[in-house]
Amino acid sequence: MKKFFRLTAMAFAGALLIASGAASAEKLKVGFIYIGPPGDFGWTYAHDQGRMQIEKELGDHVETTFVENVPEGPDAERAIAKLAETGHELIFTTSFGYMEPTLKAAKRFPNVKFEHATGYKQADNVATYNAKFYEGRYVQGIIAGKMSKTNTVGYIASFPIPEVIMGINAFLLGAHSVNPDIKLKIVWAYTWFDPPKEADAAKVLMDQGADIITQHTDSTAALQAAAERGVLAFGQASDMIQFAPDTQLTSIIDEWGPYYVERTQAVLDGTWTSGDTWHGMSDGLVVMAPYTNMPDDVATLAAETAESIRTGAFHPFTGPIYNQAGELVVSDGEVADDGMLAGMMFYVKGIDDEVPN
Amino acid sequence: MPLEMPLLTLEARATPSASAAWLSPLLALTLTAITGAAIFLVMGKSPGIALYIYFIEPLTSWSGLSEVLVKAGPLILIGVGLSIGFRAGIWNIGAEGQFIAGALLGSAPAIFFYESANPLILPLMMLLGILGGMGWAAIPAVLKTRFNANEILVSLMLVYVAELLLIHLVQGPWRNPQGWGFPGTRMFPDAALLPVLFSGYRIHLGTIIAIVLPLLVWFALAKTQFGFQIKVFGSAPLAARHAGIGEKRMIWVTLMIGGGLAGLAGVIEASSTIGQLVPKISPGYGFTAIIVAFLGRLHPVGALLAGIAIAVTYIGGEGAQISAGLPKAVTGLFQGIILFYLLAFDLLTRYRLTRITISKSAT
Amino acid sequence: MTELIIASIMTIMTAATPLIFAATGELICEKSGVLNLGVEGMMLIGAVFGFAAVTVTGAPVLGVFAGALAGIFASLIFGFLTLSLLSNQVATGLALTIFGTGLSALFGLEYVGKTIEQIEPIHIPLLTDLPIVGRILFGHDPLIYLAIAILGLTAWFLRRTRAGMVLRAVGDSDYSAHAIGYPVIAIRYAAVAFGGAMAGLGGAYLSLAYTPLWAENMSAGRGWIALALVVFASWRPSRVLLGAMLFGGITILQLNAQAAGFGIPASYMSMLPYIATIVVLVLISRDSTRIRLNAPACLGRAFRAER
Repeated sequence: MKKFFRLTAMAFAGALLIASGAASAEKLKVGFIYIGPPGDFGWTYAHDQGRMQIEKELGDHVETTFVENVPEGPDAERAIAKLAETGHELIFTTSFGYMEPTLKAAKRFPNVKFEHATGYKQADNVATYNAKFYEGRYVQGIIAGKMSKTNTVGYIASFPIPEVIMGINAFLLGAHSVNPDIKLKIVWAYTWFDPPKEADAAKVLMDQGADIITQHTDSTAALQAAAERGVLAFGQASDMIQFAPDTQLTSIIDEWGPYYVERTQAVLDGTWTSGDTWHGMSDGLVVMAPYTNMPDDVATLAAETAESIRTGAFHPFTGPIYNQAGELVVSDGEVADDGMLAGMMFYVKGIDDEVPN
Repeated sequence: MPLEMPLLTLEARATPSASAAWLSPLLALTLTAITGAAIFLVMGKSPGIALYIYFIEPLTSWSGLSEVLVKAGPLILIGVGLSIGFRAGIWNIGAEGQFIAGALLGSAPAIFFYESANPLILPLMMLLGILGGMGWAAIPAVLKTRFNANEILVSLMLVYVAELLLIHLVQGPWRNPQGWGFPGTRMFPDAALLPVLFSGYRIHLGTIIAIVLPLLVWFALAKTQFGFQIKVFGSAPLAARHAGIGEKRMIWVTLMIGGGLAGLAGVIEASSTIGQLVPKISPGYGFTAIIVAFLGRLHPVGALLAGIAIAVTYIGGEGAQISAGLPKAVTGLFQGIILFYLLAFDLLTRYRLTRITISKSAT
Repeated sequence: MTELIIASIMTIMTAATPLIFAATGELICEKSGVLNLGVEGMMLIGAVFGFAAVTVTGAPVLGVFAGALAGIFASLIFGFLTLSLLSNQVATGLALTIFGTGLSALFGLEYVGKTIEQIEPIHIPLLTDLPIVGRILFGHDPLIYLAIAILGLTAWFLRRTRAGMVLRAVGDSDYSAHAIGYPVIAIRYAAVAFGGAMAGLGGAYLSLAYTPLWAENMSAGRGWIALALVVFASWRPSRVLLGAMLFGGITILQLNAQAAGFGIPASYMSMLPYIATIVVLVLISRDSTRIRLNAPACLGRAFRAER
């Protein structure tokens, strides 16, 4: 019974503590909604690294909160709104499926600023942002083209959305620029994060003769499945080298930190405005992990390509580019514009498959 | 040497104890809170604060209350339907599938007439939702009555079929043509959305339906012959047969009620909080509602209260993530523990603990 | 082509193994008359504790044991509630799954993003190098052989041993078994614990051999598939192996079809095992004599010896 009283007293004290905490907080509160766990070493991990960079650089003026494993469904809007309600003035929602929930929550909290990753709908208080991952995929394609002995490369895709399709296309264009015989085998996992399924997909691709595996899903499982069979592979979203030291060729690292710091600073300064940001290598958002498990000449070629993309000297989608029907979609010497890429729902010539519908 | 051993033993009660029926959910909740406090201590969090955030805070603000009721809505609707079936001893555990089927059929008008402003579209959707859930539940009903196939397993298998059907539709034929290839249908037109009650809060007409319906069902069960039949059928099937209560009819009726309510919950969810169909429209409502049915002691009003109680743990769990940095997993653990305690105490309603002394000869 | 077929068989075997473990355990449990719907929860608990044990000790064998022990622990909660406190088996099993999902996620928090040495396939010189059959017979990881061995022993136990006969008697007619003097509750406890151990092993297989990492909810419905598999196999161990290859194989085949460029809708193929299970259930249930041969008559019913 005594214990019960103590518990009640503590609960009461807790209530007071929370109330007073909210009143005395002067720091800007920044919230994050995650689709997975921060420990996935993939997509969510990369966003969480960005969140920590805010804490590191602006920690005196800012405190951050995250809600993990928020499903893209009826619960998303509530989690977002809950952050808004608890005094968070800037909220990053980090998955495509949060688009409608973010817009709905934004309507209810017009004074809160929202940033939605990978979406295409903005509002006065909802900005969107994304990264030009295709730049990194092109570099990966070059490496795969040079390194594959069977000329068969396995690609684990998540959902048939432009983001993923432009990655597949960039990869193939890169591979064909050095080796026109490369064949791409594509498997749709219809998930962002499901380690056993991702491993299954990798195994199946290897069964079909792929000797390089690349993935657009988030866990380390595919890389590890490749490692088990001594097949080379690419990491995803973060440097996954410690999971497969003898397997990872490189990895596209998502450096969200600078963008997050910039946007948080803008809120602090009162200069935040909505918009659509699409950053790539030139902005330091897309970074390649060290080139490992490949000969020096391949590493040099990869590094040079990445550098010329970074400086703007080269664009992965430089014409002539044909679609599968053989029609010229980007003419010789021209560069595909962002609008075309953002809506890319077709494969380029050279992919022996169809976009699923 | 004979050994005298005092022992507690169980003695069946002639009729279930009414006081135990009320006490056991309360005891279960209390013990869960105490166990929770222990878990928080182990995790290095202040148990008082954590318990407050989990169980009390969601009820201390209008927005919290609104969210609790919104979350409780589908749990209550499904839970009430399942209670009736469980009372009769019909184990429909596939409400999750019936929920999805209801959402699918019920959403069809909103997807095909995506520019409609006809006010009749909403009632039509609700009706189709009920029919969708009933149709999905009719499969185990047919297979049980015609082929004697176990309804637990059939209804469970159909959950997965429904989930895959939903995924197929939103990725393929029903995919939003303007959605850049991402799985998901068009957003429903305004006419196909359930009205929100207070601007700024998510509580909607469907929530009210979920709160009123258990009261109606309670009344119907208490006042009608059918309510009595269910009771008899569940506790004494043989006697029921003698009294002329047909087994097949009972299977059909309970599965239709359970399926229909789950389907209604599905279409309500689609046309309120989501506003479209996406690959995952239920975070396991159909399964959680089984807990709700039991926590509510298979009584409609019990399901209402239990649905709210479980919803509080969901909302509290989210609050705990935000304000105390507690992982989401704790919520699932709590729900499992509540049910464990509840099932353990369930015994007390059916049996009486008595102290007896048996003599045992020691060797 | 031969290489592709061999490789696919190997991959399908790894996909089937967690199902074989979990379904074998559930089969014994159900044969004793107890329906435990908590397989998914027990698998997750086995997966996380197995992974944790290897992370701490570095010994895969200990991981396998830890997985099995954790599964037993979880199943005994279920056993205590259903067998000693006579709670409803369906509800208690579901509670176990919810509990297991939460517990494993919570306990596993500090293991997310870690990795371990994967349990490697065996390699016996000469034998494994034989053409075609070499790898199919002698090239799997040790746990696959363990799964098949346990399955074989289970078949032998149920059919040929006296203890197996007693187990079946308890599941078919608990009150008569009790009248003859068999300890119904004790036998059911043992069957439930065996089911827990096997589900735990199935989970540990996922986190130790399938993908050497722990992720929340990583069993992704395999526990439910194992339940379907027991019905599909109509409670006969000999059919569990075939069923597991079929259930595990469908995912692999569907991914193979995609990689080869055939556009079969993935969702339809994934539905097949569940629909097949319903069909089998209908076929074996339709005939009341045949259902009696296979399905345990007391499945899901509480038993209490009246004094």
